[in-house]
Amino acid sequence: MKRTRGKKGRIQGRTTPHKSLAEIRQLLGDAPRTRDMLIEHLHKIQDHYKHISNRHILALSIDMKLPMAEVYETATFYHHFDVLKENEMPPPNKTIRVCESLTCEMFGAKQLTQQLNSEDLDNVRIQSVPCVGRCNAAPVAVVGMNPIESADTTKIKMAIDNNELEATEPNCISYADYKNDGGYQTLIDCVEGKHSQEEIISTLENSNLRGLGGAGFPAGRKWRILSEQPKPKMIAINIDEGEPGTFKDRVYLEQDPHRFIEGTLIAHWAIDAEKIYIYLRDEYAGCRNMLERELKLLKQDPPCDLPEIHLRRGAGAYICGEESAMIESIEGKRGMPRLRPPYVAQVGLFDRPTLEQNMESMHWVRDIIVNGPEWFSKHGRNERKGLRSFSISGRVQKPGVHLAPAGITMQELIDEYCGGMLAGHEFYGYFPGGASGGILPASLSNIPLDFDTLQPYGCFIGSAAIVVLSDKDSAKEMALNAMRFFEDESCGQCTPCRAGTEKAVKLMEKDEWDQLLLEELSTAMVDASICGLGQAAPNPVRCAMKYFPEEFK
Amino acid sequence: MAANPKFMNEKAVNFKLNGKDMEAYGDETILQAAKRNDIEIPHLCYKEGYRPDGNCRACMVEIDGERVLAPSCCRQPTEGMTVNSDNERAQLSQKMVLELLLSDMPQQGKSPYKLNSELDYWAAKLKVYNPRFEQREQPKPDLSHPAIAVNLDACIQCTRCVRACREEQVNDVIGLAFRGKHAEIIFDMAEPMGESTCVACGECVQACPTGALMPAKNVGLIEPDKKVESVCPYCGVGCFLTYNVKNNHIQYVEGRDGPANKSRLCVKGRYGFDYVHHPDRLTKPLIRREGAEKTPALIDPLEVHKYFREASWEEALDLAANGLKDIRDNKGSQALAGFGCAKGSNEEAYLVQKLVRTGFGTNNVDHCTRLCHASSVAALLETIGSGAVSNQVADGSEAEVIIVIGSRPNDNHPVAATFIKNATDRGSKLILIEPYGSEMYLHAEHLLQLRPGTDVLLLNAMMHTIITENLQNQKFIDEHTDGIEALIETVLKYSPEEVAPICAIPPETIKQVARLYATANTAIIFWGMGISQHVHGTDNARCLISLALMTGQIGRPSTGLHPLRGQNNVQGTSDVGLIPMVYPDYQPVSDPAIRAKFEKLWGTDLDPHPGKTVVEIMHAIHDGDLDGLYIMGENPAMSDPNLNHAREALATLEHCVVQDIFFTETCSYADVILPASAFPEKTGTFTNTDRRVQMGRQAIDPPGDARQDLWIIQEIANRIGLEWDYQGAEDVFAEIRLAIPSMAGITWDRLEQEDTLTYPLKKEGDPGEPIIFKDGIFPTEDGKGRFVPAEYIGAAELPDSEFPYVFVTGRQLEHWHTGTMTRHSRVLDALEPGPCVMINPKDLAKFSLKTGDILVIESRRGRIAATTRADEHMLEGVVMMPFTFSEAAANLITNESLDPFGKIPEFKYCAVKLNKGTRASDQISRKNKRATDIHST
Repeated sequence: MKRTRGKKGRIQGRTTPHKSLAEIRQLLGDAPRTRDMLIEHLHKIQDHYKHISNRHILALSIDMKLPMAEVYETATFYHHFDVLKENEMPPPNKTIRVCESLTCEMFGAKQLTQQLNSEDLDNVRIQSVPCVGRCNAAPVAVVGMNPIESADTTKIKMAIDNNELEATEPNCISYADYKNDGGYQTLIDCVEGKHSQEEIISTLENSNLRGLGGAGFPAGRKWRILSEQPKPKMIAINIDEGEPGTFKDRVYLEQDPHRFIEGTLIAHWAIDAEKIYIYLRDEYAGCRNMLERELKLLKQDPPCDLPEIHLRRGAGAYICGEESAMIESIEGKRGMPRLRPPYVAQVGLFDRPTLEQNMESMHWVRDIIVNGPEWFSKHGRNERKGLRSFSISGRVQKPGVHLAPAGITMQELIDEYCGGMLAGHEFYGYFPGGASGGILPASLSNIPLDFDTLQPYGCFIGSAAIVVLSDKDSAKEMALNAMRFFEDESCGQCTPCRAGTEKAVKLMEKDEWDQLLLEELSTAMVDASICGLGQAAPNPVRCAMKYFPEEFK
Repeated sequence: MAANPKFMNEKAVNFKLNGKDMEAYGDETILQAAKRNDIEIPHLCYKEGYRPDGNCRACMVEIDGERVLAPSCCRQPTEGMTVNSDNERAQLSQKMVLELLLSDMPQQGKSPYKLNSELDYWAAKLKVYNPRFEQREQPKPDLSHPAIAVNLDACIQCTRCVRACREEQVNDVIGLAFRGKHAEIIFDMAEPMGESTCVACGECVQACPTGALMPAKNVGLIEPDKKVESVCPYCGVGCFLTYNVKNNHIQYVEGRDGPANKSRLCVKGRYGFDYVHHPDRLTKPLIRREGAEKTPALIDPLEVHKYFREASWEEALDLAANGLKDIRDNKGSQALAGFGCAKGSNEEAYLVQKLVRTGFGTNNVDHCTRLCHASSVAALLETIGSGAVSNQVADGSEAEVIIVIGSRPNDNHPVAATFIKNATDRGSKLILIEPYGSEMYLHAEHLLQLRPGTDVLLLNAMMHTIITENLQNQKFIDEHTDGIEALIETVLKYSPEEVAPICAIPPETIKQVARLYATANTAIIFWGMGISQHVHGTDNARCLISLALMTGQIGRPSTGLHPLRGQNNVQGTSDVGLIPMVYPDYQPVSDPAIRAKFEKLWGTDLDPHPGKTVVEIMHAIHDGDLDGLYIMGENPAMSDPNLNHAREALATLEHCVVQDIFFTETCSYADVILPASAFPEKTGTFTNTDRRVQMGRQAIDPPGDARQDLWIIQEIANRIGLEWDYQGAEDVFAEIRLAIPSMAGITWDRLEQEDTLTYPLKKEGDPGEPIIFKDGIFPTEDGKGRFVPAEYIGAAELPDSEFPYVFVTGRQLEHWHTGTMTRHSRVLDALEPGPCVMINPKDLAKFSLKTGDILVIESRRGRIAATTRADEHMLEGVVMMPFTFSEAAANLITNESLDPFGKIPEFKYCAVKLNKGTRASDQISRKNKRATDIHST
């Protein structure tokens, strides 16, 4: 109940929209109304009504005792919420989301969208969306929640006609199977004192395991820092895999979800944390259903005393993969990265010291403890140590997740893991680390791929998402694709990124690029953006200009 | 920026900026330290006093050893850090940020909405012209609000407005919605500003660095020819403001950093200034035409000239003074009375009471304090020896537990409310006790919506809980109070369980609140008219004082009692003796020693008997005992209870002199009308609710032949035989210092320099005492506080079958009291253009009415019709109306029954019946709006 002012206020007075409020209360049931639940509640409204109208935002703000503006600004930040303007018609019931990111564009996403638009589909909305994490099967479209791999109009129409709108759950190793195979024993050993916390942290340090979300911060060192922070401490697991070209987390999650959960619980024990939050991107609906089920099974028959484990659902925002933006999102806010210092390890989730880790990093914890740190660190080529899960897509015979030694070269990956280039395609260049990692030419196919090795080339490995380009592709076009992606996904907080990506796209849409201006803009974006998104966004454009000069002649 | 003395005792951090060694203190950022050392670093999203957000990235600096640049507004230097703000790398980013922002400005250039916008300043400074980028897609203007123009094509998404709205004023209207290049400032749910819940405090306008949010009608493009530092003329908070004047015309008002407002203002203070330029201002003295008889009916302002003719000052003053003098000489001093005004300055009020006491020869002098906190002051003087607040708002809002009772600061003390909301954001617990809720409940731990008039029950029950649960502060009671036994005996009769059904508050809530208050480390009680305007107003206040005394919650920082003063100078006008029973500084007229002191000071004999109060004066007129009245600024024909009675009385006066700025309702009964000065047309001191004496400065000249009030008062005084020669406010102030020991140390010069000083300040050079009753020592004879128990009594007029509803007067954010000022303000009148009655939607439904329909309200005393407004904050069975609207004057309904101690009428309770009405039942013709738009030039 809040009084609107002006003429509207004189007509409406200060009254409660009782009908809408009743609908919201019915929908939310006895779920907590704490601030951090806002996005979860918005999901419920979106799922139920297929859109979010102002009357429900008002009712939700009354029910949660939040300002309308706070609910509205949060809802409109996330692309999976269809927030209606006043008197706007709700969108059609069914949505086809066609991925338009790097690999899918290479495999004809634009044509697919055009074809779909020319078909007269009833009550269907077609959206171009960023990477949905299935680049090995490009092009991909998602009908409702249902991902269609190697999509074409026939497959998509069939799904629409048959009303196949839900994601199928992956066939993973179940809780029972995982336990029967020795799962959670390592955790029990830890809890029962067979290992000390110091021992586990040292093991991790010695394993050379690094954060596999992209930044590559040594996991063991992070745990040590957290172990020294005051309680209560939080754990946040990042499965907001959104970097175009990346799908490794999904693959591991679909196969063996309990492995990362056990790793997380070991971390929880090792640093003496309080609660665990798992943040899963909304695009992985099948995984979400599966994970909900498996977590329930785990809680029903716990291997030891379990902490609170909350599974939180993203809502369509790449930026929420950035560690501090993810924390904001878990807190129910707009996913806007925080300025550092202070660091997440000191002031993180709910302003508590927080261990934030990528899911895959936790995936390896059990094996490292069971097999010893060398089991992981002994791998590697070219003096690099450890294993990397490369998400490989593009013009190769065998795209997919390939677990390979750190420091392997692109040429070795193509030859040894990918079965060579696709027939009729000649190796031309590659994104070594998703859209933000830059683009390298074929001539640099023999440099070791790992954290720290690509900086001299203006690139980084990030989440090890490799998109292989051939002579049929253009680095210039791919750089534009990447910049459009960053423009769409910029949170809008800081000027260099918000305005910089927008201005860069405009410059890059021209036939002739103003290379000097783009370079100057890039420098400022790298130097002055708040987070990695804006700082890395210029990588592809700079690489295109630097390594593919013939495309600009 | 001067070195902040706050930090001076803290360890300095040594660092190097642009090759220069410098120090940073406390939590200073690089930007702040640079500023202090006169090194300019561009910045846009940073605003002093606001939480730095670091989003614009204009202030980027290079820190040795760091990979990327750092925002200097958010980074604190560390020992030995080397920072560069002006090298090539830092400047490239700074300039690029400015170029990007400039490219998205309208015409890619200077702000078309604001002179010298901050972006313009920095772009010029860094020589960023002719941006090389294409402009973004631009949003459309939103001109839906009468006060504020929203031109988001000049928006740089710096979120200063968001922080202004959400973190400073905590009105929670503005958000930053959508994302990336679509990121947009929105109001509520992206509604037009004029239809949103915006309260038009204008903090966002003040915060905006580019002019995307500006006062409407492009006044931001006017270069003022002077800026005058003054204070706000509305409520008791005492906000500092700046008048921006061009051609003797106030163009716009800005908040200025003062101790009570930190540059914040509310809608009235910021946009309610233009009444001074209204064409209806009185500009010539008026004299009642011969044969124009007085009747109780109001005169339509459009027909003034039928009843009055213009006159020279000489003629008008002679007539005014001679009329008063004749009555004094023929009928005696007691046949005269004078009303001052709590909107006037200390100096004006002082002279009015001196005129009445020494010139008229009577103590029949009073003002609207009688109608607001008279009962609070009566209780405070009786129990703890001083009527003033113990702690200032700023200090009180640091308290752990804050009780706000009988007050809706969101509407009546909006800037004070923002500090209370800031406190709850920091973790303070707010307890609201008020029948008519407000948005403050969103910030409250407890909202106790009690039945009107049951305060004594509730407060006694809280004390019952404290006693029975042994939560009282026995040490404080033993050492610093008197009379606890009688209090205990009384409160034990009021168990929470017994009072709960009458108050409509669950017993457990009463207990929780009592425990919270009693056990808090720091706790303050703010109260307003909901406490005082009852026949048991003094009892209500006594209970609050007892509550504080028994828990020892007084006399410490952030701990005490604060009756929120209503008018900007009601504290000051009371201090200087505009009260019938006391001289300046609350010294009783009946005390011979004190009387002798003032007889000496003023050089004349004085009336030994306490005078009559506002309502008593009306009764005396009615009874034929009082024939002459001098009214400076008051509007009793709107503000008094049972107006029909009051207006009848006024119409029978033999001689009535009204001194005001508009033809008020009271002018209908005048013989002589003297056109006076509005607040910005004069200089004087004003004392806010915090006991801060503050300097109001003249910004413009009075219109036409209107004159300053000090001059008018003096002219009358001299015509009735006094020989005054005050050369201005400064002269009068010097005499006030002699009359009021607790202000004796305040000098005019120091006030001129510092703008605000807190009394008690007895000796020149003293710092003043923001907290009084320190260490539990009270200014009573024995230094102890007294418990005065209060038994519950009902309101004077309870609902019955004929008059089943409870009628309460209250206030609206946009309007002030009788509307003399606010109804002549374009913006305020546009926001709330007519009378409305707040009613619970369920009650409204009983009449098959909806918001906007007409309801006829009738009490035993009068009948009005008003537009309805459904309001769930109202309890069922209770209706509320502001008393601002002449066309439906709420005080026609109210009851003039008085509190026996404070002599305050019971504005907050009477019985009415409601009937469905039609437009035609709105019998009193609407105030004819001649509001030719004074901004249109």
